[in-house]
Amino acid sequence: MKKDIILAGVGGQGILSIATVIGKTALKKGLYMKQAEVHGMSQRGGDVQSNLRISDSPIASDLIPTGKCDLIISLEPMESLRYLPFLNKEGWLVTNETPLINIPKYPSEEDLKKAMEKVPHKVILDVDNIAKEVGSARVANIVLLGATIPFLGIDYDTMKQSVREIFERKGETIVEMNLKALAAGKEIADKHLQ
Amino acid sequence: MSKILFLGDEAIAQAALDAGLSGVYAYPGTPSTEITEFIQGAPITAEKKIHSRWCTNEKTAMEAALGMSFVGKRALVCMKHVGMNVAADCFINSAITGANGGIIVVAADDPSMHSSQNEQDSRFYGDFAMIPFFEPSNQQEAYDMVYNGFEFSEKIGEPILLRMVTRLAHSRSGVERKEQKPQNEISFSMDPRQFVLLPAIARQHNKELILKMDDFVKASEESPFNKYIDGPNKKMGIVACGIGYNYLMENYPEGCEYPVLKIGQYPLPKKQLMKLVKECDSILVIEDGQPFVEKQLNGYLSLGIKVKGRMDGTLPRDGELNPDSVARAVGRENKQDFPASPIVEVRPPALCQGCGHRDMYTVLTEVLNNEYPTHKVFSDIGCYTLGAGAPFYAINSCVDMGASITMAKGAADGGFFPSVAVIGDSTFTHSGMTGLLDCVNSEVNVTIIISDNETTAMTGGQDSAGTGKLEAICSGIGVDPKHIRVVVPLKKNYEEMKQILRDEINYNGVSVIIPRRECIQTLARKKKQAKS
Repeated sequence: MKKDIILAGVGGQGILSIATVIGKTALKKGLYMKQAEVHGMSQRGGDVQSNLRISDSPIASDLIPTGKCDLIISLEPMESLRYLPFLNKEGWLVTNETPLINIPKYPSEEDLKKAMEKVPHKVILDVDNIAKEVGSARVANIVLLGATIPFLGIDYDTMKQSVREIFERKGETIVEMNLKALAAGKEIADKHLQ
Repeated sequence: MSKILFLGDEAIAQAALDAGLSGVYAYPGTPSTEITEFIQGAPITAEKKIHSRWCTNEKTAMEAALGMSFVGKRALVCMKHVGMNVAADCFINSAITGANGGIIVVAADDPSMHSSQNEQDSRFYGDFAMIPFFEPSNQQEAYDMVYNGFEFSEKIGEPILLRMVTRLAHSRSGVERKEQKPQNEISFSMDPRQFVLLPAIARQHNKELILKMDDFVKASEESPFNKYIDGPNKKMGIVACGIGYNYLMENYPEGCEYPVLKIGQYPLPKKQLMKLVKECDSILVIEDGQPFVEKQLNGYLSLGIKVKGRMDGTLPRDGELNPDSVARAVGRENKQDFPASPIVEVRPPALCQGCGHRDMYTVLTEVLNNEYPTHKVFSDIGCYTLGAGAPFYAINSCVDMGASITMAKGAADGGFFPSVAVIGDSTFTHSGMTGLLDCVNSEVNVTIIISDNETTAMTGGQDSAGTGKLEAICSGIGVDPKHIRVVVPLKKNYEEMKQILRDEINYNGVSVIIPRRECIQTLARKKKQAKS
């Protein structure tokens, strides 16, 4: 088992919280992992990414080679496209559909749609709205995480357990809301696969 | 013991704590900041009274660590690579004094300049100081090097240097801890003049240090961090330094066809290098950063064995290594299945919405552009450097910590007006105060804006050494208190801010304007903490 994952977004969106859950789950499963993050200057509203590699055998590089990425997880649509050269032919792209526009030359809705159409394996979802339906805009990242479950190669139960452990100290209501968010994301991906 | 998920930086911090650390000394700087933050947050730090407060700059950090070593205790010094330039005076001289308690200096290099103004390679500093230095390839090695490093430092009686790179500092992986060691007791050198570098004594120490070099090479030859891994294809031998080794092995999951010498400890292990050169037709050097090893092996005249690397174009001359560039260097190519999307635009970092620096720049650019069109603004290192970009395009320089004030002075000395400096509070206390004294003593005509957000914001909101003291520092240095002006950078105060700016630019002398409003990020964090 080997999964190379790129997490993408804009500084401040919190892509690392998604990485934390996947990382914790991978360790529970006794898998090897390496996770390269971006800290510092780019966190101020610039593009940010994290390379997350999990495997049942030792991992050499902290960075994913071109064309070897299995899964791009993005909180922002244009940012998901930034890493396409890394995606392998069978790889999946799971992204939030709502643009975060903080630059003057952001691509048009139509161009964005056309570019997305060129990616064969993808799940595009409105994580913010789903999060609100579940109970709070703050669980948007967990909704997105849920939508990646069919592609992660890690079972749902262990993932749920990790979410529970990470949010436990914030109380049962928060735990339940995050589990609901995870389920809502997963449901969308499952439907898409059917 | 089970493995714990650590950033490279955290692995260093944990190792130092486990090895009986008595104090960490540091100034924040990407990618080194998380080392000190981890130590500050560790329960053992408060329990065992381990020193962990931030220092004013890297030089004060290095000197305090040497003082701790003087009394026999173990000290860690952490900084980003350019911090080494600030600490260099003490760092180089600490090799001449030698260490009593163990000292490890961590220099976190930033190849590709993710958050820096150059990509200098700290291994040159290790070589320059003539001390052993280390370069981990993964988080576990970073841990082991630091855990064992204090003892090694004490054994050889010298500080040692650990060179990190951004990719490892900010990458997480599982690390196995070792048993907790106690702190050293206070003890002194047998030689009462060990730390007295009068020329006569320093000359003697220098000779002794040179004599130790053979032992350092021998230590490298016997080091578990330097490994010779044989391969069947002798057309090429590969020297893979630090994380360069990972990128190489990414291409050879079943083992490399060429003999590989993995380097983690310097000076270079001569015995293994000679073996590689003897057995192979050419050498490829894979190293992140500048061509430090390649230059040594190649020599100026390239008269020996063919050496390939960054100098001959086998690898890119600049920028950090990655699995793709290293694949190309061994004759492979990682193919793209999807082309880069042409619609993707660059998304540069920007000042946060609501940040006080924004209000400062709004007023500054309006007054300067309209009323003083020939102005120049000399700026500095911090969040406010982002004033260089849209929508402000406000600054004309950003060079090194504190250079805003001194460059503004030099320009004014040259007869230029109006010469304006923009510096942050933490950068001001780091290296701006001495420049301000120069301004006062020269009675130069400059307007200095200390944009005070009461924190070291760019690196994530660490304590700022001058918080609550800036006016006193400026007047103590000799700035006329009438020309130390404090304002709150908010929209409602724009007219007042503009008038103060005009008055102080027109004043023929040193003026300091302090727009002061807390960083919105640290403020939000405090509010969140108060809530929970």
